[in-house]
Formats: sequence, structure tokens, C-alpha cells
Amino acid sequence: MVRRVRIKDHWAEQRIFTLRGVIAAGLMAALLLTVAGRLFYLQVLKYEYYAELSQGNRVRTDPIPPSRGLIIDRRGVVLAENLPAYQLELVREQVGDNAALDATLAHLAAIGMIEPDEVAGVRRTILSHHVYESVPIKLQLDDEEMARFAVHRHEFTGVDIRTRLSRHYPFGPMAVHAVGYVGAISEQDLKRIDPAAYAGTSLIGKLGIEGAYENQLHGTPGYREVLVNAAGRPVDKQGAYTPKLEVRQPVAGADLMVSIDMRIQRAAEEALAGKRGAAVAIDPKTGDVLALASTPGFDPNAFARGLTARQYDALQNDIDKPLIDRALRGAYPPGSTVKPFYALAALKYGVMTPETAIFCPGHFNLPGSAHVFRCWQKRGHGSVSMRRAIEQSCDVYFYNVANRLGIDRMHDFMSLFGFGEDTGIDIPGEKPGLMPSTEWKRHAYKRAAEQVWYPGETISVGIGQGYMLATPLQLAHAVAGIASRGHMFKPRLVTGIRPAGSNVVNRLPTEPEATLTEVSEADWNVIYDGMEAVTSPGGTAAAAMAGSTYKIAGKTGSAQVFSLGQNQKYNEKELSERMLDHALFISFAPADNPKLAIAVFVENGKHGGSAAAPIARKMFDAFLLPEKSS
Amino acid sequence: MMYDELSPSRARRTLDVGSRTLRALGLDGPLTFVLGLIVCLGILVVYSASGQNWKMVEHHLINIAIAVAAMLALARFGTPHYLRLFAPAAYALGVLLLAVVMVKGHVGKGAQRWLDVGFMRFQPSEIMKLAVPMMCAWYMHERPLPPTFRDLVVMGALIAVPTGMIVLQPDLGTALLIAASGLIVMLLAGLALQIILVSVPLLLAGAWAGWHVIHEYQRQRILTFLNPENDPLGAGYHIIQSQIAIGSGGVFGKGYMNGSQAQLEFLPERSTDFIFAVIGEEFGLLGQLLILSLYAVVIGRALYLAAQGQDTFSRLTGGAIALGFFVYVFVNSGMVSGILPVVGVPLPLISYGGTSMVTLLAGFGILMSLHSHRKLIRS
Repeated sequence: MVRRVRIKDHWAEQRIFTLRGVIAAGLMAALLLTVAGRLFYLQVLKYEYYAELSQGNRVRTDPIPPSRGLIIDRRGVVLAENLPAYQLELVREQVGDNAALDATLAHLAAIGMIEPDEVAGVRRTILSHHVYESVPIKLQLDDEEMARFAVHRHEFTGVDIRTRLSRHYPFGPMAVHAVGYVGAISEQDLKRIDPAAYAGTSLIGKLGIEGAYENQLHGTPGYREVLVNAAGRPVDKQGAYTPKLEVRQPVAGADLMVSIDMRIQRAAEEALAGKRGAAVAIDPKTGDVLALASTPGFDPNAFARGLTARQYDALQNDIDKPLIDRALRGAYPPGSTVKPFYALAALKYGVMTPETAIFCPGHFNLPGSAHVFRCWQKRGHGSVSMRRAIEQSCDVYFYNVANRLGIDRMHDFMSLFGFGEDTGIDIPGEKPGLMPSTEWKRHAYKRAAEQVWYPGETISVGIGQGYMLATPLQLAHAVAGIASRGHMFKPRLVTGIRPAGSNVVNRLPTEPEATLTEVSEADWNVIYDGMEAVTSPGGTAAAAMAGSTYKIAGKTGSAQVFSLGQNQKYNEKELSERMLDHALFISFAPADNPKLAIAVFVENGKHGGSAAAPIARKMFDAFLLPEKSS
Repeated sequence: MMYDELSPSRARRTLDVGSRTLRALGLDGPLTFVLGLIVCLGILVVYSASGQNWKMVEHHLINIAIAVAAMLALARFGTPHYLRLFAPAAYALGVLLLAVVMVKGHVGKGAQRWLDVGFMRFQPSEIMKLAVPMMCAWYMHERPLPPTFRDLVVMGALIAVPTGMIVLQPDLGTALLIAASGLIVMLLAGLALQIILVSVPLLLAGAWAGWHVIHEYQRQRILTFLNPENDPLGAGYHIIQSQIAIGSGGVFGKGYMNGSQAQLEFLPERSTDFIFAVIGEEFGLLGQLLILSLYAVVIGRALYLAAQGQDTFSRLTGGAIALGFFVYVFVNSGMVSGILPVVGVPLPLISYGGTSMVTLLAGFGILMSLHSHRKLIRS
């Protein structure tokens, strides 16, 4: 193999290089033009698209929560307002890394600012926020907590006290079941609300007026455009230039004018204090609810402040059920309070006249039945007229009325006063109670034998026992129907709405219901007579109403918690307190020109005249008597 | 009359002084001027891109000072003779240091590119950016052109060893740049057309094989490049934000220090690898075209100076420096504008970061030295 010797040829090599250089230059020019073309595509052809993306990148809209509407009673007293609350807040990036965060939380727990068992939850909440956000870790600090933190403040970085608007109920637990409360937005709430409308808001109305009128009270949030960097942190400017940013102010929620009169409400709650019960006062001319009390109650401020799981469980499991609104949800046997209504029914259907005399021997038997229905007065009332039957609450008289009317006529007539159905009050949660009928029983039971209505069951319903159930609100609504002589109104709490920034209150119209035209004036007068006799000397509520300067018409009642067997004797002392009869009282005053109708219910209060009537008396006095100079 | 011509105007005299100074320093006037212009524009852009961070600008200025010193030293004292002697030594030192880095990386886990030499840290791979093409040029210097197959195999090995070591670091971007600088020498030396036609399919096969060798994050980069919208907050984030920055700049840009993408830190690596997007956002299409034009002038002038080289070593080294500079420009502008995958290549002479600045200006120092130290033969 001959190896060819190659000699370097400088000119040829120079030419090779020059040629390759020219080719390379051409190639490079082509590639640079490709890049230039790409830039043209991005900056000219797709400019709008990328300009928009860049704008969206750098501007964030921060919500500004609206301030919630006030709740104001009929005399201008504020029942729910917004107050600056002091709360403990933590900024993670100022605290440091996770180890520093844990140390800070442990220290806060050590000085008692947070509960040790809350630490894990608080930590989770903090970590779910951006590092630069100020996260509330304890809401609504009281003075003692403020002072305690102030002493230790120098030991913390990134933890400080901040002021925020929070819901405040100046009367605490008073009227809580009517006003309702606000609490943290729950997962269930999130399903039905528009998240945009609640951006920046952490509380939402629950129950009562706060819940029912949430849409009016909440308002519309505003927003503030904020310049942010890639980490999402708000910044003042970008480079040398501050862009124009939009701000839209929020629209505050509307103020609600409610029918509650805190004088009556206070009188009711003070009188009910320490008892389990409810009291409802209604203006018979409008249906306005002037007092709606249920005891025991609870402090709604605790919910706005945020309850710990332990505190909530304590309320939930309390044997006295403070969270239950007894006025709307407590369906109890109405007892003798139904007697004036049945008397009206008897007159209307002509089964009795006012003068018809019934002899009360202390007991009653249905023909052909051995079952004995007893009168509360074992000795018997002797011969009683309708007026006296109401005054003395004679059971035998009304056994006869029931027997003569029959259950279906009783049902139809009582339905006119709203028994057995929702009153339609403008807050949620009420129960319809039960006004039985033959038809009801056919549908209520599965087995044929249980679907039959027995005549004996009618007799029990005649004194508000047996199957019959009614809520205190229903009783107040019904007695307001007597007070207005049959001109019924749907009960309501909110009477007017004042839009934010306005001085004009939009008054809501009253809602009249069916009028009882079948009852004559003379018949009404008989019932009024009987109910006035109840509060007069000799009546069942005479003691509670003694010395009043206005006339009161009323009717007492008591309802058995459990029924006694045949021939068993009722013995108060043998029964534990919670087995005692419920006490009821319905009334209106002044009897000649009714301005207020009241139903009072006291759980296990034994006698309507002694336990329930005095509460109604205090409520009437609070409303009808000139205010005492204090 | 004759005196008029003998006493030139003040301006003319100044020019003469300038050109005499340049010649004394071994610099090329036009090239030095345009390089200086690019570096000065770079300082302005770094100030804006760093979020008006004076500390960073100070560092940048120090880097420039070191790089200019290196360029001046090489231009003045790096005669072709010395450079030719120096090339194999630099190459050998580079390979040695790469080996040291590899061993250290093995011990210290993960990517290891830096070498701490007490007063500073530097990447041995940077040496190779100049040493590899110079080594190839050195090898071809005494041999007749075009290279024989044996020459190509030798040069291929000279390129493959350091490239492979850098791929293993792993630093795909630098490895690509170094491989390219070596291949450029082969091309300029007169690599036959047939070989190019054969090697393209071989390269494709190599790419397929390479896909299975490279690291997961590198594979991810390539996939992301193919479809950046796939994963906007993951690996595609860089490309999307960079395109938003460029696109929203429009023709005239948002104005100096007014680029929201850059100033609000949506753009990652805004003062280093993605600084070209800052130029696009703040100075628009016009700004970017101006920069690209300046680069084109640099490349053209460098290539012209290389072509005037009197021997193979000078021509090939000069040509490799000129074309290598182009690869920098193209890869960076291509990746920032989304036509090439994201590999860690800075924008030459503008990006913040000392290593590439020093290497690049040193390269131009060598190029200008090779040109200014020609033996002038009158024809």
C-alpha cells in the first residue's frame, strides 16, 4: 500500500476556509432571520394575546367585604351591629420557617392565648394561607386576653393584635332565637352561596333573622385591584411605573327594622330566667311579633367569635337544649288553652248555646264505654254554662263539646286559627304541630287497625291532649286571632328594610290571612266574657292578674307530660321535676281594645295560672304601662 | 498647500491616536467598538432585569472588568506562536480538572460543575469552550486540509472526551456548546459533503440513544419544549412566561424598567438565561432586532478577521470563536422565544454571570491577537 504524501497547499486551504465561512455566514443569517421571524410572530401577530396574559399575570383583585346590615327593634334599639373587634393574627413569613412557627404556637398555647388542643387546627389554617397573609388565630379578644398578650408581646415576632369589623349582639343571649346569629361559613353554606359574593367574608347568618334575611343583610362586596408579583405578594410599583388600578367600594347590607320590642322581650326573658320555656307576643292588628323568647338561650357573640368544638358540643349536648327555639320548634299538647276555640266552634256549629248548662260530676263517660274521663276538679263543677266552663276550665263541659262536634269539625274549625300548620313566620325552623282528624289518622298509620279513629280519642283532643300538638308561636298566633275577632295576620319579625346609605325605610306590607266571618259578634263577646273571667277573682289566673289597671282576657292550661293510667292518682311529689305538667297561658290585653296577644309556655311548670300567667302579666305591664322612672 | 495635508485636523489626529492605541493593544477597532456597545447595553438591561439591584450591577461590572482584562492580556501577549503552544496544555488541564470535578461530584452527590479554588469558584467546562476548538485547530495545523478520515476520528475523540464528561455532570447546555465548537472546526477545515450526509442519520440514531441516557429532568425539558402549555406551573413555566414577556412587549416595548413580567418576577432567571425576554418586554421587537443586528456585526467581523488568518491554526481557531459565538446567540434567543428547548445557555455579553463573560471576551482577545500578530507580507 502506497501512502500518498499530501502537501499543504496554502492557497487551496485559504479557499476552503473562505468558502466554508461564506456558507456558514449564509446559514447563520438564515437562522437569525428565523429567530427574528419568531419574534415578529410573538410581538406583532400575537401581541394582543400576550398583552392580555401579561395583564392578568400582574393584577389581582382583592375583595373588600361589605359591612353587614344592622338589626333594629321597633323603638330604634340596635339588636345586631358591627363593632371593631381585636383579634390575634399571625404572618407566617415574619415568624420564620415551620420550626419557628411550631415554637410560636407552642408559646402562644403556653401563655394561654390558644387552647393546646387547637394548635394543630390553627397550624393547618396558617399553612393553607400565603406566607405573607395575616391569618386570624383568635377572634374577639377580651380585655384580659389583650392585657395578657401585651405583657408577652415582645417575645413574639409576626404575631400581633389587629382590628377587624365583627358582628356584635349588645344584648347577648336576649332574643337570640328571633335575631339568630352569624357563624363561620360551613361547607353546607358553601354549596348554596355564590363564593364571589362572600369573598373576604368569614361569617354568614345562621337561623333567625340573620339566617332568613341573609341576602338583604349581607350586601355586595367591592374589590380593589392589587399589583402582585409572581409570588402573589402585593407590591407598590413595578420598576419606575405605578399602573392605574381600579377600586370599587362595597355596598353595605340593608338595615332591618324588626317588630321586636326589647321592653317586652326583656320582661319575658327575665321572667323566664332559670326556666325552660317560651313566650311569644303578637300585635293582633298586624301580626308583628313583639317578643319571641325561648329559654335557656345562648350567647350569639360566642358564635361570631368562633366556638371551639368543645364549646359547641357542650351547647349541643346540654340537657336543657339551649340551641332549640322552643317558641317555633317546641310542639306540646296545648292543654286547656284550646277551650275558648272549641267554645267558639260549638257556638258556630250550634251544638251549644251560651246558656246551655252541662252538669259536671267530676267525670265523663262516653255512652256504652267504661272508660272514665276525669275533670281536673275531682269534686265536679256542678252545672256550668259556657262562660263558667271557660272561667273554671271545666273539662267535663268540653268533653261534651268535643263529643257533640266530632273530630273532623273540630279539625276544620281549629285550622281556621292555624293549628296543625306552619304559621308562615319569616324565620326558618318552625314546626307545624298537629291537629288530628280522621283523615290524618288514615294516612299517619300503616296498619289498618291503627287507622281507625275512636270516639274516645276525640274526647282527649277536646281538652288539648291526645294527639293534638301546638307550638307557643301557634298559640300566640291563634289567640291574636281571637283578640282581632277573626282578622288573622301572618306573624312576622321584619317590618321594614332600609337600604344602605338611605334614610327611608321601605315598610313591608302586613299579610292578612282568611277572616273568620262565620263567627257573630255576640259569639265573640261570649268568649271574651269567659276569658276575662279567667283573670278576674275566682278565675284560674286571677292571682297573677290582680291589680292591673287594664283588662286582660286569658286562658290557662296545663298539659300532661305522660298520661296517667286508669284510676291512677296524680301526685306531684312523686314525680321528678321533668315529669311535671307543662304550664301554659294565652291572653290578650286590653280586653276592650286588644293591643297585644301573648302565649306563654313553661316546661314542667305545673299550673298555667301560677307559672305561666305571671310571665304574661310582666310582659303586658312592660308594654301597656307608662315606663317607670328609673 | 502641502502643509495643509501634513497638518491634519484635530479630529483626524484623534482618530490616528485611537487607531495607533488599538494597534498597540492588538485590538480590532470595529469589533472592539461593537463588543463594547453590547456590553454597555447589557449593563443597562441587567440593572432593570435585576429589579434595580445595585449589588448585582456592581458584581456585573466587576465581572466585566475581569473579562476585559483577560481580553486585553490575550490580545496583547497571546501571539499565535504562544497560543499554539498553549492549546494542548490548556486542553490537558481542562480534562484533568473535569476529572477532578467528576470525582468530587461522585462523592458529594448530584450535579457538580464547580471547582473551588480558594478565592473563586469556576467551571472547568468553561476552559473547554476555548480549549476544544483550539486543540482541534492545533491538531490540523500541520496537516493538509481537508482532513482525512483518520484526522476526523482523532478530532472526534478530542471533542467526545470532554463533552462526555460534561454530559455526565450533567450540564447538557455546555456540552452542546463545546461539541458544537469542535464540530465547527471540522466543518471549517473542509469536512467532506458526503460525510455530512452520512453523519446526519448517525446523529439521529445517536439522539435516540441519547434520549435513553440523559437525566429525567433533561428529558422533561425536551418534552416541555415540544408542548409548553402542558404543564404551565411545572417545567413549561419558563417558556410560557418568557413568551408572554416577549409577546406583550409588542413593537416598541413597555419601556425601560416597566416590564411587568420581569419586574414582578413572573419571568424566571430574568437577569441570567432569560434576559433576552426582558429586552423583548421592555424594548420590544425593535430592541431585540437591534441586539441581534449587533451580534450579526460581531459574528461577521470576527469571521472576516478569521478568514485573514495566515495559517490553519489561526483561521480555524478564529472561525470557531466566531461561529461558537453565533451558536450562543442562536441557542439563547431560540430557547427564550420558544423555538428551541430550554438549555442553560446565557445571552452572550449581556446575561449576568461572570464565567461566560470572561470566556467570551477571552475568545475575542485570542481572535484579535491572531489577527493583529500576522506577519505582514506585502503583495
